[in-house]
Amino acid sequence: MTTTTAPTGDNTLLREARPERKIGRIERVLGPENYRIITGLLKTPASIMGFILIGIYILVAVFAPAIIPPVGSDPYKIPRDGFSGEPRGMGTEWKKNTPDVPFWYKAITGKDEWVHILGTAQGQYDIFYGLVWGTRTAFRTGFIVVVSTVLIGIIIGSISAYYGGIVDNVIMRLVDVFMTLPFILMALILAAVLTPVIGKSLVPSIVALISFGWMGYARIIRGDILSVKERDFVLAARVVGVQDYRILFRHILPNAIFPTLVLASLAIGDVVLSFAALSFLGIGTQVGYADWGQVLSFARNWITSLQDYWYIVVWPGLVLVFFVMGWNLVGDAMRDVLDPRMRGKS
Amino acid sequence: MTESLLNVQDLETQFKTPEGIVHAVNGVSFKLAQGETLGVVGESGCGKSVTMLSCLRLIASPPGKIVAGKALFKGKDLLTMSTDEIRGVRGSKMSMVFQDPMTSLNPVMTIGKQMAEPLILHLGMTQEQARKRSIELLGLVGIPNAGERLRDYPHQYSGGMRQRVMIAMGLSCMPEILIADEPTTALDVTIQAQIVDLVKRLREEFGMAIIWITHDLGVVAKIAHRVMVMYGGYIIEEAPVKELYAHPTHPYTLGLIGSLPKLNEDGRTRLYSIDGMPPVLYKKPQVCPFAPRCRYVIERCWQENPPLQNITPDHRVACWVDTTSESERL
Repeated sequence: MTTTTAPTGDNTLLREARPERKIGRIERVLGPENYRIITGLLKTPASIMGFILIGIYILVAVFAPAIIPPVGSDPYKIPRDGFSGEPRGMGTEWKKNTPDVPFWYKAITGKDEWVHILGTAQGQYDIFYGLVWGTRTAFRTGFIVVVSTVLIGIIIGSISAYYGGIVDNVIMRLVDVFMTLPFILMALILAAVLTPVIGKSLVPSIVALISFGWMGYARIIRGDILSVKERDFVLAARVVGVQDYRILFRHILPNAIFPTLVLASLAIGDVVLSFAALSFLGIGTQVGYADWGQVLSFARNWITSLQDYWYIVVWPGLVLVFFVMGWNLVGDAMRDVLDPRMRGKS
Repeated sequence: MTESLLNVQDLETQFKTPEGIVHAVNGVSFKLAQGETLGVVGESGCGKSVTMLSCLRLIASPPGKIVAGKALFKGKDLLTMSTDEIRGVRGSKMSMVFQDPMTSLNPVMTIGKQMAEPLILHLGMTQEQARKRSIELLGLVGIPNAGERLRDYPHQYSGGMRQRVMIAMGLSCMPEILIADEPTTALDVTIQAQIVDLVKRLREEFGMAIIWITHDLGVVAKIAHRVMVMYGGYIIEEAPVKELYAHPTHPYTLGLIGSLPKLNEDGRTRLYSIDGMPPVLYKKPQVCPFAPRCRYVIERCWQENPPLQNITPDHRVACWVDTTSESERL
């Protein structure tokens, strides 16, 4: 039959229709797929903005010891310049517990000794130190909580969707119950209960945020697996004899996981925000621990006279806002690039 | 008679639904010889696909259940095999091509990876061997630039090309039986013709047996050796293709053939159609399932369900009525 003869490989018309694309060196190293993702992520101004923001935070976290060297044995303890209650303004002299002067300090500020660049909070904790070292705390809690909640969510959601029937019903009603509980209140209660047991550290807040944060992922992954499971290509894979676990991991999950991943990347910002909220309420870490919520909480008693002490609210607040914004921008860009249905459209 | 490749006996499949048990397949028996093409026709919901999926044990359970019967593939019963054994049969001995090529391919896997899957699984090929074989197969089904196109995702293929890929995947392990479940229904007419020609060509090359499920009597006439008409989970007529078109005997078959548009009729006559819908059987019928829609219905149809009987050595019909005069008129 003439209709079905294959056009031969050196058909000039076809070659013109599908032009050779120049492959650069970066693309060759990364592979076409990764290259596509990276170029896609770097295309819109919003996502570039997000990456720059997160990049800055990462740099700060990595180079914290170079930016402001730790004082004493525990770098996460904010150094105190005295014990007076009243905050001191930006640029005031740093008398006690002064860190070593790093190389950049003199070039930028023109001073020989440390001053409180962003002022001190109640109890003479240095705000700048707290914010710089708090970046590490933010990343640490953010990643631990998000990775754990996503894993728990995927496992529970997959079990629920895969087994179906009564298992599904029981798990989903449990999810419903968890979802009716007000998140921050429950996290607060759990963290408050755990703190005397475990001791003041990051752990109670992290455990609390994980315990009440996984349900959204479980629900989304379950719904997506249920819809993907019924698709023809799953049956087609079974027809060619693919094993069950392979169908779940190679055919179903990759098709179902994107909404969850996008949600997760958006959530890092939210988790850090919730964590700061717990710290602000005095739950979790011991007083003086370098973490943004903690720094912010020092402002509680001074909220009535913010015209004088604005710096104890504004700086930690801005640091938090830009962090959350960075992750949101990146999350949006990730959604556009990783979704295979959007592939080749932009 | 020679040893048949597939011998299905009294297959019964049921589905449990909130409304009750649906009897989807009710004691279907048929044989398929080596290299033979069997057309299976009938309306939607007549149990055509369910019969074939049952043979491969691909009925979702629950709600589905194969309650009785045997499906002997080269003398071994597919229905009592272990899970590992049946998985070895799927894809390598018997494979299947589905109706809608747009949804039968995994959108997040490249065509190359999907094609490699059965090759690596059943033939123990390495990635590189599988790639080479996939290129050959794609060439065979008429996809140009195969080497390059393996890296593409399904959405970069057109509907006809995807169906070619599905057929290539179905044939990749040289199965002895290819089940084609309405492979041309979702495609436009020119592509349909191409796919039918393609399958015919591949049949000559590979010599596999084909079960071709379709609504389209025209396609069946073109490709099948033998035709099986199904209604309400029963086989109601079975005959070699020429015999069936020359002497359709069951009123349902008569209706199906009668409802084809005829070239010599003038455009104003209304196209014949069978009134009503195929029944959903919540219990096994004691009467002929087609009786409510039948034009030739007699008293006996409401009393007993007719068994499938030979009227000539290779023509079987399940009907009480003698419609010989009718079939001559067509």
